Amino acid sequence: MSSEWTIFLNFINMAVLASTPLLLATLGEILTEKSGNLNLGVEGMMFMGAIASLGAAYYYEKAVLGLGGTPSPVMATLVAVAAAAAAGGLGALIYAFLVVTLRANQNVTGLTLTIFGTGFANFFGELIGKQAGGFVQVSAPTKAMFGIINFGALSDIPVLGSLLFRYNWMVYFGLVVMLAMAFFFNRSRSGLNLRAVGENPATADAAGVNVTRYKYVATITGGALCGLGGMFISMSSTACAGVWVHNSVNGYGWLAVALVIFATWNPSRAWLCGLVFGGLLVVRNYYPIPGLPMQIYAMFPYIATILVLVFASIRQIKEHAQPASCGMNYFREER
Amino acid sequence: MENIPSPARAVQNAVEMRNITKTFGSVVANDKVCLMLRQGEILALLGENGSGKTTLMNMLSGIYLQDSGEILICNKPVTIRSPKDAYALGIGMIHQHFKLVDVLTAGENIVLGLQGKRTLNRREINQKVRQIAQKYGFEIDPTKKVYNMAVSEKQTVEIIKALYRGAETLILDEPTAVLTPQETTKLFDVLRMMKAHGKSIIIITHKLNEVMEISDRVAILRKGEYIATVETAATTQQDLTEMMVGRRVKLEIDRPACARGERKLHVTDLTCVSREGVTKLSGVNFDAFGGEILGVAGVAGSGQKELCEAITGLRPLAGGSILYRYQKDAMTIEENIAGMRADQIAHRGVSLAFVPEDRLGMGLVANMNIVDNVILRSYQENRGILINRKKYRPICEKMIKDLDIVTPGLTTPVRRLSGGNVQKVLLGREILSLPQVLLCAYPVRGLDIVSSYRIYSLLNAEKEKGNAVIFIGEDLDVLMDLCDRVMVLCGGQVSGIVDPRTCTKEEIGLMMTRVGDGREGERA
Amino acid sequence: MIHQEPFVRVVKRTAISKRKVMLFRLIALAGALLAGALLVALLGYDPIQMYSDMVSGALGNSLLAVNRKGVLAFSTSSQATLKIATLLLVTALGLTMAFKMRFWNIGGEGQILVGAISCSYIAIHYGEVWPQWLLLLVMFVVSCIGGGLYGLLPALFKARWGTNETLFTLMLNYIAIHFITYLQYQPTWQIPGTTFPKIRDFAASTRLPMVLGVHVGWIIALMLAVLVYLYFAKTKQGYEVSVVGESANTARYAGMNVSRIILRTMFISGAICGFAGFMQVSGADGSLTTDTASGAGFTSITVAWLSGMNPLLMIIYSIFIAILARGAGRIQTTMGIPKSAADMLIGIILFFMLGVEFFINYRLIFRAGRRGEEAKAI
Repeated sequence: MSSEWTIFLNFINMAVLASTPLLLATLGEILTEKSGNLNLGVEGMMFMGAIASLGAAYYYEKAVLGLGGTPSPVMATLVAVAAAAAAGGLGALIYAFLVVTLRANQNVTGLTLTIFGTGFANFFGELIGKQAGGFVQVSAPTKAMFGIINFGALSDIPVLGSLLFRYNWMVYFGLVVMLAMAFFFNRSRSGLNLRAVGENPATADAAGVNVTRYKYVATITGGALCGLGGMFISMSSTACAGVWVHNSVNGYGWLAVALVIFATWNPSRAWLCGLVFGGLLVVRNYYPIPGLPMQIYAMFPYIATILVLVFASIRQIKEHAQPASCGMNYFREER
Repeated sequence: MENIPSPARAVQNAVEMRNITKTFGSVVANDKVCLMLRQGEILALLGENGSGKTTLMNMLSGIYLQDSGEILICNKPVTIRSPKDAYALGIGMIHQHFKLVDVLTAGENIVLGLQGKRTLNRREINQKVRQIAQKYGFEIDPTKKVYNMAVSEKQTVEIIKALYRGAETLILDEPTAVLTPQETTKLFDVLRMMKAHGKSIIIITHKLNEVMEISDRVAILRKGEYIATVETAATTQQDLTEMMVGRRVKLEIDRPACARGERKLHVTDLTCVSREGVTKLSGVNFDAFGGEILGVAGVAGSGQKELCEAITGLRPLAGGSILYRYQKDAMTIEENIAGMRADQIAHRGVSLAFVPEDRLGMGLVANMNIVDNVILRSYQENRGILINRKKYRPICEKMIKDLDIVTPGLTTPVRRLSGGNVQKVLLGREILSLPQVLLCAYPVRGLDIVSSYRIYSLLNAEKEKGNAVIFIGEDLDVLMDLCDRVMVLCGGQVSGIVDPRTCTKEEIGLMMTRVGDGREGERA
Repeated sequence: MIHQEPFVRVVKRTAISKRKVMLFRLIALAGALLAGALLVALLGYDPIQMYSDMVSGALGNSLLAVNRKGVLAFSTSSQATLKIATLLLVTALGLTMAFKMRFWNIGGEGQILVGAISCSYIAIHYGEVWPQWLLLLVMFVVSCIGGGLYGLLPALFKARWGTNETLFTLMLNYIAIHFITYLQYQPTWQIPGTTFPKIRDFAASTRLPMVLGVHVGWIIALMLAVLVYLYFAKTKQGYEVSVVGESANTARYAGMNVSRIILRTMFISGAICGFAGFMQVSGADGSLTTDTASGAGFTSITVAWLSGMNPLLMIIYSIFIAILARGAGRIQTTMGIPKSAADMLIGIILFFMLGVEFFINYRLIFRAGRRGEEAKAI
């Protein structure tokens, strides 16, 4: 295979990998916003998921070793997944309680969740690291669970093999979630109810839909997905790969919030647009523009987001718009 | 009002409400109200705006829960805590402000919230919808998105929504407010058809002629209290009004005879195109004269909103001219204000007053108090960078006294005031600016009779001062009684400008749906 | 089919006394601090020692003292706290301009940095050449204009196309941070004779004079708080901003040029944040790093919110948050509690404050008891 092809396929590989944490968080936030809650705490929830998964896996391994056994990487992975989802869900639960039940301002509550989640993760990351005698990390076999899966012969198929079989399990998981969500919104009854809740909660309420329950479940599930996105960063990404790095999420959460708009609140578009963003994040390693300083490359995703925001606001199509009641709190019994 | 079911007659009451009380904060919306709906009858629930009719029905449909009192369905006591409970009891409500999701189709809106299979079978749903429509004589396309629908189509969706869920008791809240006379007739045919199928219907309204036409009995509420229920055949409009208001009220609106003054506004060939490219106004021509009230009639969405906004500079024009004649420094100036923005018009010192349809969303700042709202028009007058609120306090106090505005104080945010008082503040402020032309959009919508008549006298006072008043309204009877001329809009065009003294209501109704030369009007 | 009446009903309050409001808020604050204490206690630290260390770390043994040179000045600890408070206060004031207009300017961080970059340019190129008064004046002007333009950019798009300002301003933050990284690699900006990616310290003549041991910015910040308060309470422009924030429709209807108001206000908002950047460069640090704003753009949102957008209350809250931030640095050294505890604590406080708003605005009515007791209400 020619080197140009190789470079291109490697670029695609890295783009897909870079896009996965974004995709998971974006799907989570789409679910949340479809229910009418604008949760700006995605960054915070990703942070919480990142530290929870790493910390839980670390403690599991430590506990098993302490009992004289050998930690099983599969168990460690399961523990990490459960912890990430729980942490992200917990953050979302705080948000949901404040916003849905206590009717707090959504913007400020979300930003607070980001501040809290960031502090929470850095705090525990450093604390656990100190107790571990340096930094938090998990054993090599566990790290391998989050690495690229060895598909054997499959990954050697020319072109297709490189395109489809060079990823870790979370990439495929993300794809499954995307398909499930698309089906949910288009074909299922509860998906229809949820869409109504986000567009016009008064109508959904009058129709007998339990608005509160839908908002809570959607927001918490969305938060769990964000937590899983954070887990990717702390466990799978090359920057961390199973070791806690201070401030690891570093703005990914905000890119996800922007991606929601870019994808016009549509799960399948989120997958495609996520790839574009992932590509922007890694493009400098594969197609560097001569003379362009490295720091300017780092600005690409943010500039792209701004362009997307402007473009989306110029062209406004009703079906591609933010759910009409997103950002506003709903409650009955109002005069 | 007790109802003792006698075994011999076995008359089922579809609905009975006993001593229902409901309070919101310090406002008593319903005070020991009783209501009885017999099986298979059409009961009109009559009362002024603010009498508690909608609140009472909201309790029946599960939106509110009563503070005390009981509800019986088919003679069995029930508690209705949510719309779901109401549906389970066979009660369906068609609200005045439609509860529909714009981006969903009719079919999707109809099945929203229903229990059933996990996945939606759209074909099955649409088929069932068409069946129901056929049974009662509706026309509907289940695959059409709601934001593409005309108002009467949306109402159809609402009614079918209730029927789809097996409603036996239907409640319609002011259903004819948004319909033309012809559409109202069609609706009443459907209601009679439903009654023939054994449905029981409550229709909330404040329009006496409709009460007389469609209902079997009438229940009257006044200021949150239950007054009486009478057989429609045994009563008159005058009796009903007396029960509604509590005293003999003159049902005629004054129309003082004034000499027509000079032409204040000359609108030629006004054309407006919306952002999406839809033509909202096309070739509109009319004049507004001093000493005259010009009414504007039309189905909702015929271009009334765009007309107001175009004249007052809140909307760009695609073409046409608006000549405004006014006095400045003892000179008479006639200026084309077409295309000028509101701030530019204000800058020129043109005193054009506008009382918009959206009172708290446009005309006033809901969270600010009366003083801050009154200075909205005139805060620039003070030289320098500071605002002089002190100057306006006595002016506000005088306005409150003159117009009988009920408010806890000058610092209360205006959103706490009742509808009538909000409107008085708005109209009062506009009149304070001594306008030559006063433009009002639906100024008495949602107001009780006394407040409405107050507004009519204020408008007549402006007319007698020699100013031009343009009154956009939805109640044809009011328009015909109050206005000197009536302009009818249809699909953004002027179907005709008529003298209500010689024209009939039916003729105007026809003009509302058909543009002058016989072409069918297009609905926005 | 008889159902029970719901256990508790929520009803909007018609009025509530100012004292009750303050009581609720204080209870919430206490609750938050208690929750924080509980958290650290669970982790094995002494909460009382933590809080007292925080305060003493932030304020020192006494606020003011006569220092070694025989001059009255703030104690060393409180100097650092005061610098943080000044930064927070000025930024919060800048953001309030936008918030009063319901324009969610999350770009405070970027606007501070652009202001800092602008005046650093002057410092780098003219620091050794111009006299101090000229340097400070030009740096001040340039930082305000820089920050103002950076705030104007998202406003232009919002005014014209309704572009979401929350994300736009947020993205601009990151662009500004990366730009500083870029500058760190520029030879003109580096320490002469090295290629280390760090911007050199600026000449002494670029520094703000000190009062009581802290750069004069703290006095300016206090004056600014009063100015902003008066702006909104008494001026026409302030009134316009409030109206636009409450209802842009009404503003347009009243003949206000809403676009112009949005642009003007965001320019001022960005300019004030840019000025904060100037204070940091010229007053606090004497140089420019990616940490110059040190998260103030976000933390000041907390300050603004807690103060209910009241500029005078912001003085108190900026000091309070500064104590937490500075104190956290101290407990990291003395107790080994990671500095991020401050962020967590601030988050917890804000959560409680957001929650208590509910009880301020609504009453809870509990179902009447079995023996027919009166329904209880809070």
